[in-house]
This record gives sequence, C-alpha cells and structure tokens, in this order.
Amino acid sequence: MTAVAASPAVAPRRSWRQRTETTRTAYLFLLPALLVMAIITFYPLVFQIWMAFTDFQLKNLRPGSPGPNIVGLQNFTRILDSNIVIPNFDFLRILTFNLFWAFSNVIIHVVLGVAIALVLNVDGLKFKRIWRAVYILPIAIPPIIVATVWRNMFDPQYGAVNQAINGTIGVLFKLPPFQLDWLNEPNPILAVGPLVLPLAYFALLAANIWLGWPLNSVVATGALQSIPKDLYEAAEMDGAGYWDRLKTVTLPFLRPAMLPFAIYGFVVTFNLFTLSYFMSGGGPFGQTELLVTIGYRLVQEQHLYAVAAAFAIFQFFILLAITLATNKLARATASFDA
Amino acid sequence: MTTPAAVAPRIEIKPIAQARTGGGRRLKTRNQIVLQLMCLAIGSTVLFPIVWIVGMSLDPRNISRPDSLIPPGANFDAYARVLQRPTLNPVSFFQLALNSLTLAVVISALSVGLGVLAAYSFSRMKFRFREFMMLLILAVLMLPAVATVGALYINLNRIAIGDFRLGGSLLGVALAVTSTQLPFAIWNMKGYLDTIPKELEEAAVVDGAGKFQTFLHVVLPLATPVLAVTALFGFIAGWTEFLLAQVFIVGDPSQWTLAVALNALVGQYAGSTPWSTFAAFAVLFALPVMVVYLLLQRWIVSGLTVGGVKG
Repeated sequence: MTAVAASPAVAPRRSWRQRTETTRTAYLFLLPALLVMAIITFYPLVFQIWMAFTDFQLKNLRPGSPGPNIVGLQNFTRILDSNIVIPNFDFLRILTFNLFWAFSNVIIHVVLGVAIALVLNVDGLKFKRIWRAVYILPIAIPPIIVATVWRNMFDPQYGAVNQAINGTIGVLFKLPPFQLDWLNEPNPILAVGPLVLPLAYFALLAANIWLGWPLNSVVATGALQSIPKDLYEAAEMDGAGYWDRLKTVTLPFLRPAMLPFAIYGFVVTFNLFTLSYFMSGGGPFGQTELLVTIGYRLVQEQHLYAVAAAFAIFQFFILLAITLATNKLARATASFDA
Repeated sequence: MTTPAAVAPRIEIKPIAQARTGGGRRLKTRNQIVLQLMCLAIGSTVLFPIVWIVGMSLDPRNISRPDSLIPPGANFDAYARVLQRPTLNPVSFFQLALNSLTLAVVISALSVGLGVLAAYSFSRMKFRFREFMMLLILAVLMLPAVATVGALYINLNRIAIGDFRLGGSLLGVALAVTSTQLPFAIWNMKGYLDTIPKELEEAAVVDGAGKFQTFLHVVLPLATPVLAVTALFGFIAGWTEFLLAQVFIVGDPSQWTLAVALNALVGQYAGSTPWSTFAAFAVLFALPVMVVYLLLQRWIVSGLTVGGVKG
C-alpha cells in the first residue's frame, strides 16, 4: 500500500520532494473531486452529527441569529419514542415496513428478471430482438414519471387498473362498477406486530415490479450469454433434461452475477423515494412511509433540522448494518460450493 | 461447483444424433407458440402504462378524467397548453426544460471531468492512504441524498454573494447532485481504466510526455465508452432530479425544473390538474431521456460491464 515510503531502505535516501512525487501527483488528480465531495457530502455529515445534539430550527437559519441550544440526546429519544410532529409516525413500524418493502421487491425482481431472461434465451425463439427492445422500455422512463403515471392508473374511479378490471371481469360476470381505492383503502390487508401491509403496499409493489425486473433481466441475459456452450452439450450427453441443465449449469453460473446486483438493488429499493412519495404519499395513515420520505418531510415540511439530523444518523447505522449483513451473506453463499 | 457430470442419468435416454442439427436449434411449434404467448403477455404489461399515458395526452375533451384508452377525436391540444404554460406560474415549458437541461449538462460535465481525474489516480498511481480514500468514496454510495439534505441546505445558504445564495440556486443543486453521482462514476471509470493496457502510457512516457499529457492524449481517447456512459447517467440524473431541486429552488419559480413543476402539477399538495395536461407533460418530460437511452443502449451495456464487478 505505502510502497512510496517503504522502498528506499537500501538505496541512498532521496529528498522528501522526490519520495512523495507520486503521492502529490495522485492527490492533484483527486483534488477537484475531493473538494466537491468535502463541501457537499463530508462536511455536512460532520455538521449533521453536531446538529443532532442541538435544537436547530427554522429560526436559526436567518443570518445573524443566535446559535441553537445543545439538547443532548433529546432528538434521538424523541424519534425512538415516536414523539415527533409527523402524524402516524411510528419508528419501529416504518423500519419494519421499509425492510419488508426492500426485501419483497428484490426477491420478485430477481426471480422475474432471471425467469424472463431464460425465456428470451431459449434457442430458436423468434422475434427475440423485438421482445428485448420492448422489455427495456421501463428502464428508460424517469422514475418520477413512472410514479405519477402509476398513481394516476390506480385512481378509484377512472384509473386504468379499475377500468381494466371492469372491462374484463366486470363485463364477463356482469358485476357492478369496481371502484377500489387502491392507494387509500384504510384497512390493512395484513397486520402482524409491527408489520402492517395496506392495499397501497401492493399497488406500490406492482409499480415497482414493472420498474424493476427489466434491469435484472438485462444483467441475467449478460450472465447467461457468458456460460460456455459446451457445458450444456456435456450435460446433454449425460442425458440431462432442460430442468436438470437449469439446476446444474445455468443457476450456479448466474449466482455470482446476480448476487452483487441483488444487494445493490436492495439498497436502491430501501432508499426508493419516488414511488412512496408520489404514488401513495406515504398513506394511508403513514403506512407506506419509508425512512427516506420521513427524512425528507422532517426537513422540507416540518423544518425540524435537528430531528432530521438525528434521524439521518439512525438511517446511516441501519444502512451500515444492512451492508455488513448482506456482505456476510454474499460471502457465505459464495463459498458454499466454490 | 457441481459439474454436469454429476447429473444422474435419466431413465429415458434420447438418441444423441437427434439432439442437435447444425448451429440453430429448432423449437417445437407448440413450444414456440407457448413462449410467444408468454412474451406477448409480458410485453403487454410493459406497454400498457405507456399506451395509457400517451392515449390520455391526446384526449381532446379537456375533462378532468378520461374514460377510454384511445379517446375519440384525439388531438394535440394538451401539448399546446403544456408548451405554453404548464403550471400556474407564468413560466413556459421551454424555460423549465432549459433549467433542467442546464442542470443536466453541468452535472454531466462535472461528474465526468472530476470523476475521470480521480479514477485515473486510483487506477494508475500508488500513493499514501489510497485504499482509505477509495473506501471513503465508496461509503458515500450507500448514503441517500436525503440523509444530508438539511445540513447541506443550511451550509450552502451561508455561501452567498450579494443576492446570490448557493443554497437557493441551480448551481447549488448541480454541485449537490454531482457529489452524489461521483462515487459511482469514479468506481465505474476506475474499473474501465484498469482494463486499458499500461504499456501504451509507458511508451508515451519514454517519448517524454508528462503524467498529465499522457492522461490527456493516451488514456482519455481510449476511455471514450465509459466517459459516454458516465455523461449519460449524469445527464439523466440532472434531467430528472427532484428531491434536492425541490428543497433548494422551490421558492423561485423562474429556476424551476421539469421535476419541480411536475410535483406542482400532480404532487401531494397540488390542486386538480386535467389529466390530459399531466399526461402531455409526462410524455414531453420522458421523451428526451427515452430517445437518448434507446440510441445509446449498446454503449450503456458495454460501458457498464467491461470494467464492472466481475463475479
């Protein structure tokens, strides 16, 4: 690592300028990026830690206003006690929902993505290029548009979803107009301890599945095409059918490509602001809020900067724990049959 | 790894000669039909929201809510309205798009420019605290932008010259988004630079070129695909950025971007907007990104996978 410092043990000692030349050049190249990241990311992070122990509010924003007071751990205990002004805020329930949201999405994305990649990879399938071109469309649409369009589609009276149900099942069985309010139905479908899943969760899930599987499919297709063909031929010689080959050749080869991507997808979905904010607005009764939307509301709607800072510190440690856990999981499954 | 040899032989063994004829394999007609139907079903779920929103944008009746997928007497009136004055503010679509474009171009240029310099030093030089710096930058990748937005807003508002506050300007948004883009940009570009042979640079050094000249004239031209991908990602991030833009510039409609205007149209606290207006706005907002994405699709895959995580 520090080859620059370690090398001149035998050789005559060079001057400081000579010895550190590479390091200085390297930092010259790094400087612009580090400068921006220092101002925009690292300094606010440190500032945030200080702020979390104060009562920083909107009035402290004015230039020349007196500094905030130190309040110790009050912000942290307020969050854990769910004692902040955001209605229906329950820290444990939101954290549980957030974890479940990320987990359920990623599993469905990966399974669907791989399955559809397998279908498109079948030898002799016609129109492959057309299907691939169509299936890539959701990736190309900005998520903010996807979220607002899907909210519109779940409108109880005129939304596309209810109209589609009316136009098919409704016509077939001569049912009265179906007007389910997907995003605001107040009674949860499932409530077990801190896990509360309202109907809006399933609406969000549908939108996010639409948004999420295509990229998984692209990654899986790339991995599929890198599997040596002779492995399949050898398996076929041994009399292995399609499913045997899938189990013994395809899936073991897919895992190293899909696992890092699934972990990345987990973090992205865990922090997915747009769908929760624009589709359900966190509703009904805050049941589809995520940590990121709460963090945003604390800053932009409540102007409780100090509480938001404490909240961000919680978020940081939760994400850290997730990363460590997933890394461990990745390593454990990687060494399973390597 | 379990090898295919471990597969237990099945009872029914097919004659080997039948297994393969030539390069392409023939699919049974029945299987072909079943698979095509599956593809069609998947394709229609993918296309349905897109058809819905385009159909809605053409609805001429200017009612608040449409009731059929393809409206009778479709026309482009909604587009005309959106182009002229999409929100309640006296700001044209052109002005909003220009703000979004400025944001996108600045972020794109900064994340490529700053990112490739850093990526080059990580890829080619050995220096003190190299591993530490790489981890420091990677750690930021995990953090959502919302986690620091409060502190960022407060501190950028302190940087002010006369009437200009960095915390209330598009430039502030651009810097903030760039910082969130940099970790991925640096890592992805470093991965790509690692695959470029060092011999070329060594030859340039022998010819008397300095470190920076080598970088500029030898490395950069070879890294074009990954530079293009980084630029594209920066562009899309800037064009669609909502959260930071909303916090920083919502108070000044002349600086609004398309995303901030969309929130004003149909966000949680918006009044009722005719669905055709919203739909036309959404189509115009998404179209440039879709076109660029589809045009550069090949590059995106290669620029992401060449130096990317190898399993």
